[in-house]
Amino acid sequence: MTSASDAQTDRSVLPITERYTLIGWLRRNLFSDAFNSILTLVALVFLFFVARNLLRWAFATAEWGVIPANFNLIMRGQYPATEAWRLWLVIYLLGAVVGVTWRLISGQFSGVARLLLTIPFFLMLIPFFSMGTRLNLFITAVASAAGYYIEGYLPIQRRGRAAVYFILAYLVIMLLLLRGFGADDGPMPPVSPILWGGLLLSLLLAFFGITLSFPLGVALALGRQSHLPAIRVMSVIYIEFIRGVPLISLLFMGQVMLQLFLPDGFPLVDRVLRALVAITLFSAAYTAENVRGGLQSIPRGQYEAAQALGLSAYQSTINIILPQALRAVIPVLVGQFISLFKDTTLVALVGIFDLLGIARTILANPDWLGTHQEVYAIIAVLFWIFSYSMSYASRRLERRLGVGVR
Amino acid sequence: MQNIHASQVRPPFYRDERVLGIFSQVLVVVIVLGLGLFFFSNMISGLREKHSVAISFSFLGQAAGFDIGESLIEYSRERTYLRAFVVGLLNTFQVAILGIIFATALGILIGVMRLSGNYLVSRIAAVYIEVFRNIPLLVLLIFWAQGVFLKLPRVAEAIVLPGPIFLSNRGVAIPWGIPTDSWPTYLLVLAAGIILGAVVAYFLREHGKRTGRMPLVTLWFLVTVGAVGLVGWIVLPQPMTIDQPFLEGFNTQGGKILSQQFMALLSGLIIYTAAFIAEVVRAGIQSVSKGQREAATALGLTPAQTLRLVIFPQALRVIIPPLTSQYLNLTKNSSLAIAIGYPDLFAVAGNTILNQTGREIEMFTMIMGTYLSLSLLTSLLMNAYNRRIRLVER
Repeated sequence: MTSASDAQTDRSVLPITERYTLIGWLRRNLFSDAFNSILTLVALVFLFFVARNLLRWAFATAEWGVIPANFNLIMRGQYPATEAWRLWLVIYLLGAVVGVTWRLISGQFSGVARLLLTIPFFLMLIPFFSMGTRLNLFITAVASAAGYYIEGYLPIQRRGRAAVYFILAYLVIMLLLLRGFGADDGPMPPVSPILWGGLLLSLLLAFFGITLSFPLGVALALGRQSHLPAIRVMSVIYIEFIRGVPLISLLFMGQVMLQLFLPDGFPLVDRVLRALVAITLFSAAYTAENVRGGLQSIPRGQYEAAQALGLSAYQSTINIILPQALRAVIPVLVGQFISLFKDTTLVALVGIFDLLGIARTILANPDWLGTHQEVYAIIAVLFWIFSYSMSYASRRLERRLGVGVR
Repeated sequence: MQNIHASQVRPPFYRDERVLGIFSQVLVVVIVLGLGLFFFSNMISGLREKHSVAISFSFLGQAAGFDIGESLIEYSRERTYLRAFVVGLLNTFQVAILGIIFATALGILIGVMRLSGNYLVSRIAAVYIEVFRNIPLLVLLIFWAQGVFLKLPRVAEAIVLPGPIFLSNRGVAIPWGIPTDSWPTYLLVLAAGIILGAVVAYFLREHGKRTGRMPLVTLWFLVTVGAVGLVGWIVLPQPMTIDQPFLEGFNTQGGKILSQQFMALLSGLIIYTAAFIAEVVRAGIQSVSKGQREAATALGLTPAQTLRLVIFPQALRVIIPPLTSQYLNLTKNSSLAIAIGYPDLFAVAGNTILNQTGREIEMFTMIMGTYLSLSLLTSLLMNAYNRRIRLVER
């Protein structure tokens, strides 16, 4: 036996207390040989300079006053302050939805649910929040806990259906609350989507972009796999055309040309809706390609078995093929939804005040000249938090559903 | 009693799959065509009210009448719209090609760092990837343009990097070569060097096939080309002089000035795309099973040979398809130049020309046609390359 393999064997039988000493860990991971030690030193110097500059900027140079002063704008854009209570109501209900959903997909109080419940409490710690905001956040936390426990009282076999109804009802109520109805001096005056803005609009665009493009994308994917030539060719042309052009050209086209396509006298479609149409059509092509990957991973035997059982083409697609295909591509789909969320920033270029659009208006205000770094840094952090939590949640979901294990 | 085989019983036509298939296709085609026709006729009647001719490309020959900040070819406001379009197209090419080269280099570096056995190095790469993958590119670009390049000091107090490279809010001045009279001759010498290198490589490869010991063909090719290039540089009277930038008054003179819009767009695209390429590279290298490395070691290959001959060719197969789509993304994302004022294809055609002429249909056809052919061309090339390196199965 050579000495190298001796060393290997020695290491693998080290007693557990010695395997996990700090020095041992350092030696193995940072200073295993001369080259590694040099790398470690270079990395340490690099980290030192990055951290020093970052901290110096964050605590000495940056003027954070611009953020609290424009906080409402960043959160909800031009949405009238007198109607802000409607937004809070939407958030309470969202808390309840999260609670209900979490009870449904995890039997016990899992770590993530606990983490989600603490989010409002963490937000309450933000120093410049008013007492009213903190109270509202507290009510949100209470609402999600209530949703969680009330769902728990339902018999287990009814929970799924109750949650679905609740979520559907939530969508309707949310739109009604945001949009308003009735007379301008009524209890809930209409608020035009042009006034929606900031984080509110970014999240809404992403949410509706995802929910609308998903069924369209699945349909296109099935169309591309279809054995009917006309349907297949049209799906392929659509998918390849959309994937070949940048989103921004579709957004501009939507703003400039959508109205041209409609007959004279057709009511003017508002800017936000036009942008949503462009985002949905764009995203559907990418969803279609991702779902196609899943469809192709289903072995032929599944189709044949479904046929042998006497299922119709529709039944076998809905009950046998799609559930397996979609489960296989969850990580890819979530990745795509994250990029859709990030792509909603492009609407700022066609005059819509999403998070980025609002940032640009704040910077156009002479009071806040030269605060580009601060404002864009906060915007980037907000986007990062949402994107990263989506990808984190997807990794958890992947493990739960056992993608690639089953 | 007659025995009827099941296949002889024809279902009624409304349950016959062939009839239903044809029927549903006809239905879909009619609906799509009908909708298309409806939109098209609305559009034509709308355009009739606006222009005398509904659709015409003749305006492309008119004088553009606007200036473009930077151009690779000679351009002035008297030139035609078509010329302006080409200027934008070349600017897009410039950013896309440079972006692809640098993003690939940075992406491979970070992907390899991510797999490093050194904990600290691996964590730095992981943080880089997670940070930049989850921030919108547009926010990154605008931050980079307005928060970094615009905040650089004035020219008089420019930051000087060795080279010399001057960083100021007017852009980045770098040394640049100016070809002299003997430059064309030198190019011929270089071409001769490449041919000679190819000949050398051919004979070395043949020699390797005969003896079974493959020499480092690529290395010798590069050495030959380099040697010829060096000899040519010494023999010819100065094929190129290096023009170094220097400060003069309130401006830099000499060298080449890269505008801050260009630099912001390029660096933003590189930083963002590199994070995605790093993940592609990591996944590719990890997809090569451990047994391959062990088998290579067992055959007596050195670590460098293992990487070059065993790991890399197999990883490449997994890497190429997603890498292609990253390149396409980068090219399409370069259209965000409009947000920071770099005159790329979309900014020139979709914004300036469109606003001046009001020719929506024509401009969007040209823009989308260009991007579409760029995408299809890149896919074709990469697919051809992919086919060449693909695993050959029975």
